[in-house]
Order: sequence, then structure tokens, then C-alpha cells
Amino acid sequence: MKNRTIKRLLAMTLAALLPCAAALAADEGQKAGNWDLVRTSLFGDRPIGDNDGTVIVLEAPDRAEDAAIVPLSIKTRLTQTPDRFIKKVYLIIDKNPSPVGAIFTFTPDSGRADIDTRVRIEEYSTVRAIAEMNDGKLYMASKYVKAAGGCSAPAGKDLEAAMARVGKMKIKLDDNLKAGEPSIAQLMVSHPNVSGLAMDQLTRLYAPPQFVRKIDVSYAGKPIMSAEVDFTISEDPNFRFYFVPKQGGEMKAEVVDSKDLKFSSSVQVVLGKRPGS
Amino acid sequence: MLAPLPLHAEGPGALEVREVAPGIFLHPGLQEDMTAQNFAGIANIGFVVGEKCVAIIDSGGTKLLGEALRQAVKRRTDKPICYVINSHVHPDHIFGNAAFKGEKPAFVGHHKLPAAMAARGQVYRNALNRNLGAAAEGSEIVPPTLLVRDTLDLDLGGRTLKLKAWPTAHTDNDLTVYDPQTGTLWLADLLFVGHIPVVDGSIRGWLKVMGEIKGLAPERVVSGHGLIQNGWNEAFDRQQGYLLAILDQTRAALKAKQTIQQAIATVGESERSKWLLFDLFNKRNVTAVYAEIEWED
Repeated sequence: MKNRTIKRLLAMTLAALLPCAAALAADEGQKAGNWDLVRTSLFGDRPIGDNDGTVIVLEAPDRAEDAAIVPLSIKTRLTQTPDRFIKKVYLIIDKNPSPVGAIFTFTPDSGRADIDTRVRIEEYSTVRAIAEMNDGKLYMASKYVKAAGGCSAPAGKDLEAAMARVGKMKIKLDDNLKAGEPSIAQLMVSHPNVSGLAMDQLTRLYAPPQFVRKIDVSYAGKPIMSAEVDFTISEDPNFRFYFVPKQGGEMKAEVVDSKDLKFSSSVQVVLGKRPGS
Repeated sequence: MLAPLPLHAEGPGALEVREVAPGIFLHPGLQEDMTAQNFAGIANIGFVVGEKCVAIIDSGGTKLLGEALRQAVKRRTDKPICYVINSHVHPDHIFGNAAFKGEKPAFVGHHKLPAAMAARGQVYRNALNRNLGAAAEGSEIVPPTLLVRDTLDLDLGGRTLKLKAWPTAHTDNDLTVYDPQTGTLWLADLLFVGHIPVVDGSIRGWLKVMGEIKGLAPERVVSGHGLIQNGWNEAFDRQQGYLLAILDQTRAALKAKQTIQQAIATVGESERSKWLLFDLFNKRNVTAVYAEIEWED
């Protein structure tokens, strides 16, 4: 079964569970319940090692300052080689309406499987990053994040403005790229990433969902980073990841949203100091 | 953990209101975070009395506080409450709405307020329950029934309030109320005094809107948090100083290729001593500003 299907099924199952779970008023139970369900759906009964920071580290703030934009940094502790590499990184936020926020796919060509992004966090929740190795072994890092202050919400700041510039993209590379040395690339996608879960109390209608669901980044024709994502990712989805530059070659990013709109952007990779930098 | 919250709350008792101009009454909010002890009474709220009826401007952060405000109106006048105006979507300004439903007023808001309530209402309600317990009882999202697209006049009898819906500034649904009779402009959270300004819309939009408001040169201004001490021009300059400082410093952080995490560690620290509740909101502001201006170049 494809990851996307798993993600959809999970979202549906959990959405169906939520009203009952809320009625239980047993917060802790719900927290554990979500994770158990997610864990079983994604990994069955495979063991998940806690890795003591030797494979994967999750950096998240103690408190979500702005519930709509919580920066997360997933750092991995190994160089990607054809023999041993991190194949996937799962990002899970137990108490979010869609707990499986992102599934990233990496290759030996990624250099490193680190990923930085920004997410929405609506409740006090455990955030988890799980690395799946090419041999199938799983390692998890997690952090409990407190919810934001009272007037912060995981919603956009200006929906109309976000809609007006939907699909605009930027790829940023470091200034002084060296051949063979893993370097950071940043992908920015202008998109409102609307969940479709907000109901207008006057019309009793739901704002239609429109969010980025798939991202594929390649360099010199080879996949570097792919992601299955949803509205867990903040408005204007933003990712920092690694690639291994060589002379020339194009970095290309392709994005598909939930309405099947497709956006793409590319940049030519040039080693050494670039003009103007 | 904090001490367990009580199961039932009595309400905040009689509200102190002061008449800041003839017929315009203000209850100053506390310069605190929202808690069960203060019934989320942290925003400046109030009402305007006309010959025919009364308009509420912001209803407070809980139904119990809204009810106390309703009682304060009843002590001053027996005229009916015909309008409940919400200056924007933030919970400390809207959750008292529920206390006024029985009066059957028109609930008035910016044309983008319903969408903002839809996107944020449930999260606000959950947070209020979680943080205030019984003090949040009965608080609910009551959406506007009368929308302001650009401007709207509300006739209170012998006094016409002039409402204006602004482009995205503090939030994307900021509404101001002007009373020509007394030259009073109720800015709500377009102006913070003492309490650190909170950026939840667009910092560049807010600076622009502040410029326009300054040009209106009103006689008197009511801020959303804190009380103006030395004239509103000085309060405006202080707020502008903070916003420009974090804007410039965030731009510099972006130019130095800092991440959000790096930027929030330092940006705004120069302003720390000038504001209350700095730790609650500065990092959040920098996060929002970073995400906003990242697209600039």
C-alpha cells in the first residue's frame, strides 16, 4: 500500500475517532491512543529503537511560539552511502488532526537525510521523527511541545494574500558550493495550505481544502528528497535539506497540491563563489 | 502543574468602567496573560451610549466577563444594546459575545472575521477550556451578523459611529470605531500600550495602516491593551519603534542566512526592557515576521 493511501486512511480513521475521544475527556488516553494507532498502521509490530541520538535527533522548541509556524529541525548522524542510508523520515505530531504530517524519502545521493520544516501544532503534543534505514531498522527521536499562547492559532495570517500568490516557488543554495561536499538547499513554496477542517459558522460550510501533498526534488536527474505532506506543514511550505553538488547539473523541484495543481521550479548548480555573492 | 481549576466560577464581580469621553465607557484590561483568575479580562473593552441604544466595543475574553460588562451597561443606562462590535478575532476580544445573545443585538465585524473565526474558533475554544477551566464556561464563538467591507455607519440615536475595516495589519480582520461627536477613535489592538505589540497579520501592513491612522489626527484614541499616558502620538511612536526594530533585525538575520531558530534567539532583545509580557510574544512576533519577509528579495 502506498504511503499516501496510508496517510489518507489514517487521517480518516482519526477524524472519525476524534469526537468520541474528546468525549472521554481523557487527554492522556487520547494522546497515547493516536500514537498507538499511527504506530501500528505505519510500522506494524516492528521494533523502534530510541537510538540515543546516534541516528536521528529532533530539535523542536519547548513551546510553540506561533502555533501556525513551529520550526522543526530533524538532524541525522550519518552520511548517506549506498550501503547504509536513511530511506525515510516520518514526522508525527500525536495530537494534530492529521498526526502523520510528513513522510520524507531520501537516497544515497541526498548526502544527508536532515530536514528542516515548519509545522502547525494545535495542542500540547509529542512530536516524533522516525528514521527508517535501508535495511528496515527504525529509530525514533521525540519531543513534547507545549501549545502556543491564547491568541495564537494554527491558521494563516492572511488567506487572501496567500491565495493570490499560490504556486510561487524559490530554491536557495549556499554561496560557496564545493564538489562532493553535502550542502544545504532551501525550497520555499508559496501556498495557503488550507486544511479544509474549518467550518464557517454562518454558512455551516467548510472552506475547501487546498494543501501541498507531494514534493519531488531532483538534482542532475537523480531524486534527492521527496515528501508526502499535508496541512500539518505551515502556510508557505518551507524545507531545508541536503544535496551533494558537483560541476553543473540542475536542481528541480516539482510540487503537487490536493487540487492536483502542479508547480515547478529549477536552478542551475554552480560550484564556487557565485557572481554577486 | 498549576493548582486544579475550580469546577464552577462565580464571575469577576462588578466591572470598573471609566467614562473616557462623554458617553464612551472603557474597562481597562489587566496587563497579564489570560487566566482563570482574570476571566481573560486582559483587553480593553467598553461601550458607547447613544440616545436610542448602546454599542459594545469588544466583549471580553469569557462569557462571564461579557456578562459583567453587560451588567456594567445596565447600571449606567436602561437603553437596549443594539450592537456588539468585535474589533478582531482574538479570543480576549470576542468570547464575551455569548453574554449578549439574549439582547438580540447585531454582531458587527470585519468582512474577514467570519473566516478567521472559522479557522481559529475551535482552537481558541479548546485553549480557553484548557487554561481557564470553569471560568471559560459558556464562552463560545458568536460570528458577526453584520459585516463591514470598507466602512459602515451605526446610528445609536443622536450619535453615529463610523466603522472602518482595515487591510491586514495586527490581524487580517482589524476594525476601528470612530465617534465624530467626541473625536474618539477606538483602535483596539492596532495600538498596544505597555503590553508588547503582537504581530498576527502583517508587520509591513501594520506599519502602513499606522501611517494612515496618524494622518487622521483624531482627538482621542483608545488602545486595545494598556492606557495611553502621554498622548497617543507618543504611544504610536513607541509601537512603531518596536515594529521597525524587529523588522530591521529580522531582515539582517535573513541576510546573514540565519534560520528562524537562530533569528528568534536575538531579534528584538534590544527592545526587551520597553515592554510588558515580552517573553510571551517577542519570539512569536519574530517567527511571524521572518516567515512574512522571507519572500521579499
